[in-house]
Amino acid sequence: MTQLKTGPLALSAIALAALLIVGAIVPEWILYTGALILAKGFVVLGLAFLLRMNLVSFGQGLYYCFGAYVGGMLSNAGVTDAFAVIIASALASGAIGLLLGLFLSGYRGVFFAMFNLALSMILYGFLLKSRSLGGSDGMGIAAPTYLGYAPSSDARLYAFFVFAAVCAVVVCHMARIYSKSEIGLTSASVKDCEIRLEYVGLSVRYLIVFNMVLASALAGMGGAMVALISGHIIPELAYWSTSGEFVFMTVLSGPNGIVSAFGATAIFETIRLAAGQYMPNSWQFVLGGFLLLSIFFMPAGISAVLRRAGPPKDETLEETRNG
Amino acid sequence: MDIVFFILTDGIIYGAWLFLVAVGLTLVFGVMKILNVAHGALYAIGAYAAATALNGGLFGDVTGIASLVLMLAGAVAVAIILGPLLETLILRVFYDRDEVVLLLVTFGLSLMLEDIIKMIWGVYSYHVSGPYAMFGNVEIGPLFYVGYDFFIVLLAVVVGLSTYLVLNHTNVGKAVQSVIHDNEISRAMGINVSRVYLGTFTVGVLLAALAGAFTSPMLAITPHIGVNAIILSFAVVVIGGLGSITGAAVGAVVVGLCRAAAINLWPEAELFVIYGVMSLVLLVRPEGLFGQVQQRKI
Repeated sequence: MTQLKTGPLALSAIALAALLIVGAIVPEWILYTGALILAKGFVVLGLAFLLRMNLVSFGQGLYYCFGAYVGGMLSNAGVTDAFAVIIASALASGAIGLLLGLFLSGYRGVFFAMFNLALSMILYGFLLKSRSLGGSDGMGIAAPTYLGYAPSSDARLYAFFVFAAVCAVVVCHMARIYSKSEIGLTSASVKDCEIRLEYVGLSVRYLIVFNMVLASALAGMGGAMVALISGHIIPELAYWSTSGEFVFMTVLSGPNGIVSAFGATAIFETIRLAAGQYMPNSWQFVLGGFLLLSIFFMPAGISAVLRRAGPPKDETLEETRNG
Repeated sequence: MDIVFFILTDGIIYGAWLFLVAVGLTLVFGVMKILNVAHGALYAIGAYAAATALNGGLFGDVTGIASLVLMLAGAVAVAIILGPLLETLILRVFYDRDEVVLLLVTFGLSLMLEDIIKMIWGVYSYHVSGPYAMFGNVEIGPLFYVGYDFFIVLLAVVVGLSTYLVLNHTNVGKAVQSVIHDNEISRAMGINVSRVYLGTFTVGVLLAALAGAFTSPMLAITPHIGVNAIILSFAVVVIGGLGSITGAAVGAVVVGLCRAAAINLWPEAELFVIYGVMSLVLLVRPEGLFGQVQQRKI
């Protein structure tokens, strides 16, 4: 039991230290990609919560883009503190998730996926035509500060990487606690049989809305981070293919993984970078082929593969949940 | 009063084109329960095949009805090659998986097909101008319309009626309807479900390629034309009800009229009006206008 409490904390500290050391020695382009991976990993983690309930959102770009625009507008209005920006973006996207979740929680399968897609395309269409928000060109964003610390232009990238790494480790730790909580475990059982859950007095609708709020808040947080690191926001953040990429990474990660959400994002971005570098006209071919192979060979994602390869767990609940 | 007439005419022309693009998508979903994201890429391949058939020089300088026949032949060639290839080598492997997983499989397939287009035809745009001028102009009230647009309306009616007649008045159609209703019972009754799936997917590819081939004279053909087609098709089939041919026709007209109204009255709202209508229909009738309500399983 002691190991259960201290183990993850120690692992988190080691992971954070490793990330900060690696970040300090790698070239700038890797540091930038690493920060981008950490930011997108939040969106994938949120989608994994939904995937546990057998819900796939093909419109997560809605919350991602909304968070990015909220973050961008706050930054341009003078709120440059990165912590304040991502918290505000997460809250704003979470609120949208709550509002839409009340309607979307009645849908399943492709209808849930398509309804989300429709809503994200509405936002995309609105942003594309909105002159005050920059239209199709989007808009630039002021550089972030960190609790009063404004890094010089040389130190800006590493400062953001540290910020993203700290956020990732904290969120992973909280996601682990949530996954083992009563609501986390019952949420995962929604996909098995909803009627039985309702029969024992649980509200499936409440569970779906709760997880949608979590997923949209994480997407908003990721969107704000991507906005801060790239210094630019564009309507394409809400486009359906952006959402499709996130779904791709989530399938690769698997529904039960937490750290694997960031691992899958890293694999996706690395393949895209490498394919774009060496096969500029066929990187989509490589990604598409990789998606088919991963669905075929790893239907439960890399998290399941790692779990099988790792040492057996003592925790009965964990084993029960993962079959 | 004129504006209502313009909206109706533009809406019907655009709706007919949308129906052509979307009918294959809804057919494949109805029979195989696969929301084929690769439908847009297959549409683009159909457009490229038509451009190659007409501009490739293989058949000399083709004009008139012969150019329409060549465009049709291009679409048929795409269906014969890609339909069985994709169904047997890729989709069949994943049939026992969830609907959403199959959606992701076709998403991966669409990414691959988009790059295969670039490998075969390059990244530059192709143009097929000949057939567009073939039917001249049609004067309706104070406006002139291109005659080819009305040919597309006629083609959509022919495709819709043919699909309806084959599904409802032939033995093959009855076998397909039986598979739609329950594929396990159909198999027990002696229907070769695998063959029905293969045939349906090939017809779905044919319909996508046909739409692309006959759209090719109306636009510059680039590798990304399928993206626009697929996101509009999604709206059409979801509004009409996934799997319903009648629904696709009604959905196409609804989307066509809404888009025409937006363009004439509020141009900035063009894209989000379509998805706004889709959201509204899903809110009021989650299974779409002509979709069937699914029972919850215990």
